Amino acid sequence: MKNYQTIILSNQEISPACFRMRILTPGFAAVAMPGQFVMVRPELGLPTMLRRPFGIFRVGCLPAECEGLPPREYMEILYKVVGEGTRILSELHQGDRVELLGPLGNGFDLGAPEKQKLLVGGGIGLVPLFMLGEALLAQGSRVRLLMGGRTRDDILALTEFERSGVETYVSTDDGSLGEEGLVTKVLERKLRKYPDAEVFACGPMPMLRAVADICTSLQASLQVSLEAHMACGVGACLGCVVKGVGHSEATPRYLCTCKAGPVFAAEALDWERATVANDGCGGECK
Amino acid sequence: MMTFNRKDAAMPAARPSLAVEIAGLKLQNPVMPASGTFGYGGEYQPYLDLNRLGALVTKGLSLNPKAGNPTPRIAETTSGMLNAIGLQNVGVSDFIRSKTPLYRELTTPVIANFFGNTLEEYGEVARQLADIPEIAAVELNISCPNVKQGGIVFGTEPAAAAQVVALVRKALNKPLIVKLTPNVTDIAVIARAVEEAGADAISCINTLTGMAIDVKTRRPKIANRTGGLSGPAIRPVAVRMTHQVVQAVKIPVIGIGGIMCARDALEFLIVGAKAVQVGTANFIDPGVMMTIIDDLEQFLIDEGLTDINQVIGSLVG
Repeated sequence: MKNYQTIILSNQEISPACFRMRILTPGFAAVAMPGQFVMVRPELGLPTMLRRPFGIFRVGCLPAECEGLPPREYMEILYKVVGEGTRILSELHQGDRVELLGPLGNGFDLGAPEKQKLLVGGGIGLVPLFMLGEALLAQGSRVRLLMGGRTRDDILALTEFERSGVETYVSTDDGSLGEEGLVTKVLERKLRKYPDAEVFACGPMPMLRAVADICTSLQASLQVSLEAHMACGVGACLGCVVKGVGHSEATPRYLCTCKAGPVFAAEALDWERATVANDGCGGECK
Repeated sequence: MMTFNRKDAAMPAARPSLAVEIAGLKLQNPVMPASGTFGYGGEYQPYLDLNRLGALVTKGLSLNPKAGNPTPRIAETTSGMLNAIGLQNVGVSDFIRSKTPLYRELTTPVIANFFGNTLEEYGEVARQLADIPEIAAVELNISCPNVKQGGIVFGTEPAAAAQVVALVRKALNKPLIVKLTPNVTDIAVIARAVEEAGADAISCINTLTGMAIDVKTRRPKIANRTGGLSGPAIRPVAVRMTHQVVQAVKIPVIGIGGIMCARDALEFLIVGAKAVQVGTANFIDPGVMMTIIDDLEQFLIDEGLTDINQVIGSLVG
């Protein structure tokens, strides 16, 4: 990982209150793994001070230009404006300076290539699934992506997901795009059809709980990517902990979302008492 | 044969000295992390050279492992952050077993921060740390409630503060730094009490107790309801209290509170702190202490000074 002082290449609203920020990050693509995250803040940090964690959406490279600019590597985050920190980020422009620390965290375990993969993303939780889908396809896996949201506005980057080669299945609570209903209903159906599929999920905590319940009852392997309030991103502040399985006051088993995660095997977490992001932070994180 | 280049020509003959001494502990510079913002040190190894620090201060240790508080544990506030981590740590035994091997490879002295909820716990942790050669000094956190005496915070009562300091003083021979809480009426009274009880140095300040509310849910922003406020928001309070403590005692003082850059660190040094601790800023820029050390040196060069001790206590007026 690296501590970048760099610039924004673009920052556009792609859906109401949802932005895509492209940041110049030389040397990033070679080391970034699907499911990792970055910590970002404007270089002149006040009035917000701490960096904010964001899942990596994708990495890429702008070709060399005729004026002699070398190829420029970038990474992209998609983020929702949920508070002061993300509001300030949303008002930045091309050429504005940002500080970026990353890639951080562990990333997904891609599993056996021959096993089918079911990816479940709710709203902004779709973000880390793009690079995951690419990596799974690259190792020859069959990938189905279940995209869920309250309305069509939550189904982010649909075209890009489709172009990447994953099979997409859209569902919205209000039926404004795709099937009407919860994404977890779609998951249950698919998992019954492909019972040996491995499941990867990212989204709000209630969705993740429901996904975990389904995977437990159908005995499917599950990895979840969590979001949490975080100050440092490197395992020092202990602000982002989640309770691991077997946790109790006497035998504390707090896991740092930043360091032990953000991706966890479902069986590593104490789902009864998992409290990360239950305050509906809605993805200041990713 | 000597070769000259432009850089040599532009530099003064010798680099200014940043070295300071606290309670017999020789530090190559006055910059160290504040306990709880730097883990056990290893967490930051990818971002800075631990051997460039004046000292390394560990996360607060207790006799037994401590789970810490429920989440959310942190919330950003204007120019600051509230935290109620709840002193989560691995416990002193596991610390000695699993963390000290790293310290053997460092040239930077390591200061172990610790706390207890009873006098006995303080004493026991001190005894366990007493013979660990990798630990150069200890920092005593007395901002904890005494569970055996109605939960009164040791550091808010001169008598209680003196009692715990005297007990720890007897338990080990290493330099003893006592970290003071600012949540008191007169910090000078507490400072004098811990000095008389045998402290070798004082570090101040710990966080200021605060509270922040989410107006939509009407809940406190952190699960513990209240938390400790840190960051640049508290710096003027911290500089004032450091000044007061320096005036009140003869032992060296380490200034802490909202230091983000060398300029901030200099405020504490000028009012008389011999060293400083950097806390919240580590979360924002993991390499910030290296920048602060470099910039302190540059300040001395710019001011035509040769030694950081010329700055310490140089307050005018």
